[in-house]
Amino acid sequence: MSTATRRERGAASSASLRHRMAERGVDRKLLMLLPAILFALVLFVYPFTYGIGLTFQPLQGTVDKWGGGIFANYVAFFGDSFIFDSIWITMRLALPAALFNVIVSVPIAFKLRRKFRGKRFLSTMLVLPITLGTVLTAQGLLIFAGRQGWLNRFLIQSGIISDPLQLVNNYLGVTFTLVISGFPFAYLLISSYLSGIDPSLDAAAKTLGANWKQRFMRVTLPLLAPGLATTFILTFVLAFSVFPSARLVGDPLGTTRVMALMAYRSFAEQIDYSMASTIAVMMGVIELIVIAIVLLGRSFLYKGSTGGKG
Amino acid sequence: MSKSQIVDEAAPFVRGAEKVLAEPKRSGHASRPPGEKSLAASPGTWFVWAGIGAFFIFLFGIISSVLVDSFGKPWFRTWLPENFTLSWYQSAWDKFDMTHIIGVTLIVGFSVVVISVLIGVPASYVLARSNFPLKRLVMVLFLLPILIPPITFGIPLATVMYNFGLGRTLIAVILVNLVPSVPFVIITMTPFIEQINPSIENAARMCGANMRQVFVRVLAPLLVPGILAAGILVLVRTVGMFELTFLVSGPSSDTLVVAIYRAMTSAGGSEARQLVSAMGVVYTVMMLVILVIALRFINPTQLVAQVKESRDE
Amino acid sequence: MSLSAGTFESLELKDVGRSFGGREALAELNLTIRAGEFIALLGPSGCGKSTALNCLAGLLPLTHGEITIDGKRIDVLPSEKRDFGMVFQNYALFPHLSVERNVAFGLQVRNLPKSEVHRRVAEAISLVKLEEHAKKLPGQLSGGQQQRVAIARAVVLEPRVVLMDEPLSNLDAKLRLEMRTEIRRLHQSLGLTTVYVTHDQEEALSLADRLVVLRAGRVQQIGTPEELHNNPANWHVADFMGYRNLLDLEVVGVDGPQVRVAGGGLELTGTAAQPASVGDKVRVAIRPHDLFVVEGAGRPPGSNVFTAVVTVVEYQGREFAVEVTTASGARLFVHAATAPPIGSEVTLTLDPKRALVYRFVLDSPDSTDTGSIEESRLAEVHA
Repeated sequence: MSTATRRERGAASSASLRHRMAERGVDRKLLMLLPAILFALVLFVYPFTYGIGLTFQPLQGTVDKWGGGIFANYVAFFGDSFIFDSIWITMRLALPAALFNVIVSVPIAFKLRRKFRGKRFLSTMLVLPITLGTVLTAQGLLIFAGRQGWLNRFLIQSGIISDPLQLVNNYLGVTFTLVISGFPFAYLLISSYLSGIDPSLDAAAKTLGANWKQRFMRVTLPLLAPGLATTFILTFVLAFSVFPSARLVGDPLGTTRVMALMAYRSFAEQIDYSMASTIAVMMGVIELIVIAIVLLGRSFLYKGSTGGKG
Repeated sequence: MSKSQIVDEAAPFVRGAEKVLAEPKRSGHASRPPGEKSLAASPGTWFVWAGIGAFFIFLFGIISSVLVDSFGKPWFRTWLPENFTLSWYQSAWDKFDMTHIIGVTLIVGFSVVVISVLIGVPASYVLARSNFPLKRLVMVLFLLPILIPPITFGIPLATVMYNFGLGRTLIAVILVNLVPSVPFVIITMTPFIEQINPSIENAARMCGANMRQVFVRVLAPLLVPGILAAGILVLVRTVGMFELTFLVSGPSSDTLVVAIYRAMTSAGGSEARQLVSAMGVVYTVMMLVILVIALRFINPTQLVAQVKESRDE
Repeated sequence: MSLSAGTFESLELKDVGRSFGGREALAELNLTIRAGEFIALLGPSGCGKSTALNCLAGLLPLTHGEITIDGKRIDVLPSEKRDFGMVFQNYALFPHLSVERNVAFGLQVRNLPKSEVHRRVAEAISLVKLEEHAKKLPGQLSGGQQQRVAIARAVVLEPRVVLMDEPLSNLDAKLRLEMRTEIRRLHQSLGLTTVYVTHDQEEALSLADRLVVLRAGRVQQIGTPEELHNNPANWHVADFMGYRNLLDLEVVGVDGPQVRVAGGGLELTGTAAQPASVGDKVRVAIRPHDLFVVEGAGRPPGSNVFTAVVTVVEYQGREFAVEVTTASGARLFVHAATAPPIGSEVTLTLDPKRALVYRFVLDSPDSTDTGSIEESRLAEVHA
């Protein structure tokens, strides 16, 4: 240790300050980072801290009703079951949808990994809904899966059901939109993770006598798991902030009264910016908690190279 | 020879070996070789194809429902509408000034793409190539806007915009859409640049090129595929971005998605469903045009893989 | 042929050192390179040879010392102003430019007139015999062809010095030999001053006018191929120069340059390559070619005669590489004209002049803790 520090000092004496800074990575190249940092500070950090500050400036009405002084918004958030329950409502929608998207994407990505005719077409079709957007998906779903829609009409005429199924304007409707818009995304990510795993590992396991189930469980899945965790996080983020579809195909006063909707109501309908910010910030906090749990779990998984093309 | 090439060349060999192993067992139906082949008929396969099938039924149903609806006169209790008409498109243009809305959408989309590429790509170059103090903090700073729900930072951001008198303006719409787009460009371009061999830059310098020449003559051409891919994804995201735009846009700065949402939820009874469908079709057509142009340049599912292959050269 | 080398008298490295976060990757490198010389930097991976090359190229700033050309400091100049050419291990060709435009790149950034660019590019391409491939992209070429492009790109600039960073290590054995001759031919016809980094001693010996052997960032020996081949400065250099048999023994007697060494039932007479006195722990280095298997029965006269049991026999074309184990359990490598049967006992002889006796400790104690430099940092530089 002591020899190392002695050398360090010896080295420093013959190198200029600019040299030493460059050694640590501080040089003119860093200037190129400046616009992005400035941008993040002005458009993200500043408004966000401003918003957090806003949560401690409750409207007089909130203070009168809930007390708690500058913490009135938080008292209201945890005290008002109409607001507080939206946490569970959001979770009940987002967690299953994100899990479903990830779990279903794995076998499909696996199946479509091998080359076959029309593969490009098929994967393009799978990815297509990314461009539809939630609003359009909601509109289509209302027509297609509504009481008069083709889906119910087909099921009734083929004699499978006698009364139309209630598929929209409820929990199910929102789940459908979350799957339709989230699955392509999950599939896209997982298939790129999968392509990063060297196929010769699978071949090696094969020569060692493992059947496909063993190969999947012992080789592919452990290598894929960190990617799955990342994919889950990203699809969860998408599902967690569901807003237009909860309003349009859901039951916005009941089972799909999600946090984003509550925040927007405070913002645009009640013009209570401080309460809106409070709900928004709490939304961020809760989402980050879920992400932290997943990341913690992921840290126990193998993280090194997957021997793939990169 | 690149690694992937080696793998690709090895694959037929392995498959060939499998075939040889399978040969003597051909006669019996039950005696499949272990591994791949038995998977072909497994319930897992049926599950996969059924899942893909169901997905496509919904996808096709949704798109064609909207399409048929937008051309239908009355359509209630029948498989198809009784008459077809173009009048919903006519009234969409009359009532909402669609030309203006499409114009706003494209202006917002392309401005966001150009600005986020200009800000994001130099930043990702630095992140990909050098280590500096607080690098992790900077990375987190760029990750947060992608991870945090748009509403969470959108509401405070919108409040700030209104405070500065920017509410309902085109500038505000562009600015809020930049918040997730710049980090998105950075996050996608950083690994892309990492995959470009740094000794290529060193080689250029050894040939006597200064930093500017290295950027213009060597890096820029190599970055074009990545920038195109990232730009197209940003464009698609921005055109489809509802939450952030909705918070700050007003009648004259609504993008198409927001206009559709407003038409669906406008106070005092929403617009006729078919009118909304007509707008939806316009939106889809616009997206398809963007996509068709985009697919001439990139294949979205192979975004990552292609980058890696090109580096091996 | 009008392509030539940039002119200067000598390139001097004075006390050049480079450390990464307090760890020395290279220290106290003193070397004077005369114009037209072919220098090879030789050593195992992590020995600092690539660091030295990158310092010379200006891709890594020095932390110590200076580099001068004819007395003018150049270590303060950025890479692009040093007027050096470089050939990278992975070729580092611009994948988006054709062969022609890769070669033209350096001339174009210097804003040379079009006609001259055209002429020199054509010349360089014909020099490496790639005329038919001039319009192709690097991705369409084989490894050997890519390497030729990289060389053409470096020499077309008529650089003062060409730096080569393990240029042949990604090629297969046959191509490596071909390219080795090619590089030697180019060097001889153009008179290019070349600094060549390699871990392959055979490559270094066949190409270089002088070799610099490095270990743990420090120079072990500088000399001509013959000097290094016949008189390695220490056992590490000997090991690198093909002295495959290294025996750890103890000095039992000294008689002028002749030293008696013994250990584990084996006693030999060797020549002291470094000063030795009775009781010293030493390492004796012997080439496989210098150990002879005695044909026929009977013990020949002389002191260095001992027996061993054959354990492995490898056919190597003209001869056999044989591994034997002595009674004490030491394993020795021997070359033999005929293959002795496995398990048989053979008698070996050795010329005392060809058993080099070295001190066991390589350097002065304080420099042994440098270890190998951070691989990751190195990789960053020449990946």
